[in-house]
Amino acid sequence: MRSNTYTLVFTSVITIFFGFLLSVAATSLKPRQDINIEIDMKKNILGALGLKPKLSSKWTIEEVQNVYKKNIIGIVLDKNGSKTDKNPKDIDTDKNEDFFPIYIHKTSDEINGYVIPISGKGLWSTLYGYFAIEPDCETAKGITFYKHGETPGLGGEVEKDWFQNNFKGKKFIDENNMLVGIEVVKGTVDESSDDAYRQVDGISGATITSKGLEVFLREDLRKYQPYFKIQKEFAG
Amino acid sequence: MAILNKKSKLAFTDPLMASNPISLQVLGICSALAVTVQVQTAVVMTLAVIAVLAASNTTISLLRNKIPGKVRIIIQLSVIATLVIVIDQILKAYMYDMSRQLSVFIALIITNCIVMGRAEAYAMQNNVKDSFLDGVGNGLGYGGILIAVAVFREFLGNGSIYGIQVIPNGLYSNGYENMGLMVLAPGAFVILGLIVWLHRIMAGIEEE
Repeated sequence: MRSNTYTLVFTSVITIFFGFLLSVAATSLKPRQDINIEIDMKKNILGALGLKPKLSSKWTIEEVQNVYKKNIIGIVLDKNGSKTDKNPKDIDTDKNEDFFPIYIHKTSDEINGYVIPISGKGLWSTLYGYFAIEPDCETAKGITFYKHGETPGLGGEVEKDWFQNNFKGKKFIDENNMLVGIEVVKGTVDESSDDAYRQVDGISGATITSKGLEVFLREDLRKYQPYFKIQKEFAG
Repeated sequence: MAILNKKSKLAFTDPLMASNPISLQVLGICSALAVTVQVQTAVVMTLAVIAVLAASNTTISLLRNKIPGKVRIIIQLSVIATLVIVIDQILKAYMYDMSRQLSVFIALIITNCIVMGRAEAYAMQNNVKDSFLDGVGNGLGYGGILIAVAVFREFLGNGSIYGIQVIPNGLYSNGYENMGLMVLAPGAFVILGLIVWLHRIMAGIEEE
């Protein structure tokens, strides 16, 4: 049996040594991890807009940076839809209720679309993604999800192309200019229905995920309506 | 393998077959269920576990005569936790997409019974070389089963192996459908059960 002093000294030495090792690892790898997170966010914004890598089948870090820099402008809106001088990077959409980041897709001086972050509860988890909107401010251009914990094969299908492609061209504004959101139906959309313009095919076995998505997408879109109203007036 | 004496050789080969951590000792089952939807994630998980096991067994074995008996479990845990966090950080920096897919399961290697089990049962009593081999062997034994399960699950559940489509599109247009059960946890239980059964028959082990 060793003395208590030995035990204490030994444990202290071990703790300090491993603590030191961990801090070195964490600080030296931090810059690279931050780049990864940033690239992933940019990739998702570009993906929602339907922009695909040109050089190869996968995005490289340089290509993402270049394409993003050339095409996307990120701004932050306040509750009234006016532009603020904040940077989208500083806004945590989970916590911040008063400021909304929006990414504008611009080539030369023409607006090609808008991207807004969306998030909300599905069945098991919070889903995070981006929703792209056509310049008319009422038609969906695309949707992506980059983080969720839904069941693979069921709710997890939200990250699949077949589901996301559904949204392209669907409207979330009705003829009276009211926000109605996009409805995820059970089974496939009945094209002859009056509401088909705002409906997408559902995922079988994932009713709660679909309904959740429907609700948070509408709520997130609501936050941006003041801004879109201003944009529409501008366009005439 | 003349440089290895019989004991060292046994340290390496025993966990591959006769005392495989998953199929014979039934350790590390949760991660075997969670990360085996795709072969690729299973391979990365295997490599991570081999690295942690080899390094933790080596470190513990180096310190085995210095560690006070009273606090040995705590010391083992801090060694293992440190290694796992370092690996998690490296994956986040260099294999970001993979680390997102493996999510918490890398961090959960800390609680993988194989790692602590080997540290306590083997590395505390044996020399550094044997402990290292025992670590690698157990990692491979674990990974072998993991990858075997993943091959079946990805093939039946997605029609692909290692991300490469193996079931021709023609079959799908003729009404073939992927087996949805395989991507869910119950599918993993079924496959794992069958593999454990097969492995035990091959190893000639009978439960009395």
